[in-house]
Amino acid sequence: MKLTINGERRELDAATVAEALAALDMGDARVATALNGDFVPVSARADTALSPGDALEIVAPMQGG
Amino acid sequence: MPVFYGKHIASPLMLGTAQYPSPAILADAFRASNAGIATVSLRREAGGGQDFLRLIEGLGAAILPNTAGCHSVKEAVTTAQMARELLGTDWIKLEVIGHSDLLSPDVFALVEAAAELTAQGFKVFPYCTEDLSVAERLLRAGCEVLMPWGAPIGSGLGLNNPHGLRALRAAFPEVPLVVDAGIGRPSHAASAMELGYDAVLLNTAVAKAGDPVAMARAMAQAADAGRAAYLADPIEPREMAAPSTPVIGKAFLQ
Repeated sequence: MKLTINGERRELDAATVAEALAALDMGDARVATALNGDFVPVSARADTALSPGDALEIVAPMQGG
Repeated sequence: MPVFYGKHIASPLMLGTAQYPSPAILADAFRASNAGIATVSLRREAGGGQDFLRLIEGLGAAILPNTAGCHSVKEAVTTAQMARELLGTDWIKLEVIGHSDLLSPDVFALVEAAAELTAQGFKVFPYCTEDLSVAERLLRAGCEVLMPWGAPIGSGLGLNNPHGLRALRAAFPEVPLVVDAGIGRPSHAASAMELGYDAVLLNTAVAKAGDPVAMARAMAQAADAGRAAYLADPIEPREMAAPSTPVIGKAFLQ
């Protein structure tokens, strides 16, 4: 389905947040996720369904002040 | 040495992790300064996040994630939630930016976000102004540390309002206070510590110096010296000279 992932529109074969991460090769990465602006904890990724047009943010720690 | 939310930190220097010429220089700057706390951000994972995570976890400093760049309560709260899960800490440096040129805090949204995050169990380090009524509201919202700016982020202007910072110190003698942002030189760090502040947080002044490692060390020495001077009870300035050499006993030679 069509999703916006980190600001980029993509076609991804994934029904849940967990499946989206796996499809992006980030299934094992230490990242945090938010769907449409709401935090999705690791424990909820497998049960959080995606709908077409959803915006998924995938973040990691980076340089900061 | 500062105590934040019951945790003792071995240095009054808190250092950011952005803008260094290389990861190796970043690590050397932390080693040279023994900074006790490292601030980090959360950004979209584009491949570098996993290496950076290993780097910062090896610095030997407590990690303080920030909500840099957030302009709303909602953004800041979601960022804090993601940071807590990723980094395993309930500490959050809360930034809610109100003005994009000055990067000044939106103090109204800041108080609201601080209350919400405290209710969710976070230990909030708010990037705020030196305004006393804002400080009071942040404390009421559950903050146990305050981080007023010295000057706009990245400006290196130093302490723009020493009077206001002194008033804040006097108003809240028991609250850990950190000057966050604006420090450009070691003398600024020392001045903040001489005012009785518990720590200073800086980034650009070290990372963008010609020799970041040497500057990190100089900042640490200045912060330590300022703290030691505060504890040593400095003299009050006066308008007129007062001879330090005794007048009595001087030979009469005319």
